[in-house]
Amino acid sequence: MNTPIRKFYYGDIPEENTGGSINAISSNEKAWPLWEVFIRSKQGLDHKHVGSLHAADATMAIENARDVYTRRQEGISIWVVESKFIHASDPADAESLYEPAADKIYRHPTFYDLPDAVKHM
Amino acid sequence: MEIYNLEKAFQEKIDKEIKIEPKDWMPEAYRKTNLRQISQHAHSEIVGMLPEGNWISRAPSLKRKAILIAKVQDEAGHGLYLYSSAETLGTSREQMIDDLHSGKAKYSSIFNYPTLTWADMGAVGWLVDGAAILNQVMLCRTSYGPYARAMVRICKEESFHQRQGFDALLVLSKGTEEQKAMCQDAINRWWWPSLMMFGPKDSESTNSDQSMKWKIKRKTNDELRQNFVDMIAEQIKLLGMTLPDPDLKWNEAKKQYDFGEINWDEFWNVVKGNGPCNKQRIAARRKAHEEGEWVRAAALAYAEKKQLRTKAKVA
Repeated sequence: MNTPIRKFYYGDIPEENTGGSINAISSNEKAWPLWEVFIRSKQGLDHKHVGSLHAADATMAIENARDVYTRRQEGISIWVVESKFIHASDPADAESLYEPAADKIYRHPTFYDLPDAVKHM
Repeated sequence: MEIYNLEKAFQEKIDKEIKIEPKDWMPEAYRKTNLRQISQHAHSEIVGMLPEGNWISRAPSLKRKAILIAKVQDEAGHGLYLYSSAETLGTSREQMIDDLHSGKAKYSSIFNYPTLTWADMGAVGWLVDGAAILNQVMLCRTSYGPYARAMVRICKEESFHQRQGFDALLVLSKGTEEQKAMCQDAINRWWWPSLMMFGPKDSESTNSDQSMKWKIKRKTNDELRQNFVDMIAEQIKLLGMTLPDPDLKWNEAKKQYDFGEINWDEFWNVVKGNGPCNKQRIAARRKAHEEGEWVRAAALAYAEKKQLRTKAKVA
């Protein structure tokens, strides 16, 4: 699909008004930066993105993440990263990035039809 | 690509149940509708802490106090999930909070009613959270990805809210005559405002059609309201209490409850700001925000200072 090319730098937040409007901030107060939160639900599993929050620094971001995202034993470890450091692929590139994999079915074990006599494979 | 084609492709995605993510193209009206709905939802969670916070220091036992604190803390978390998802649509937290405080943004009118007795904590949990849950379960499947994910998280936490409310009323319903009367009184006061939570009738709701087409909503106001009535009309039997509606009765042909007409004048009045607590709620939010300003500034100044020190050490 030939979607107009756009650039995004800020995690989930569009850099420009993609079909919408960005309101100006009316108050003069300087905002706390936005952080993305990743939680390891139990030992041995990956950290998984769970959401985001505002905090003045990393220490506060972890403390707030604990209060907001692990009140019911959802995690045993927290990662936080400032959202502005996350770079993301462009949805407009989805076709060129991911479609080439669709016709490479020989990458899957089910592609190979072996005799039943072959064991443990 | 022409706007027309983009909109067509967008609608095709919606029809195929493909979620819309923040960086995907979307019509301006879709963004605005979501932004309005999600931010109002967030404001409702935050303002919703006030009527219940009122009873934390006066809860009848340590157990009830701990439960109430946990519930109010959950509401703060829910507000945060929703603000974050609204932020992905390109607005800022400060802007949303400003809009709430200036009265430009609305929150659910239910929180403009006062919580007069302890039984109100039970009625709010059972009826108000019960009504909210029906809406929120539907929204777990909404078409905008960040909103849907926030709702899944919220629904997981919310069912305890309704259960603890019913549990509190159940205790009162088995208590002294005074406790029973208090229980019935709370139900009487909260029943109609709870029905109003589902919004105007379908025939008068301006946003409904487009929201259904875009799968922001999947059930109409009237459908959700009917589900709620059918659910509560059965549950109240276990409390041995009654709902304050003489027209409420089972309709065997329709397999659902018929119920009386909502006082729409009251509904519009509260929406327009003339409810019992509208001024008080916004004043409380403003006060908290203004009095917290120096704390937010100090935290930021401290973070900057710490960063400078780290840099100095490295150098």
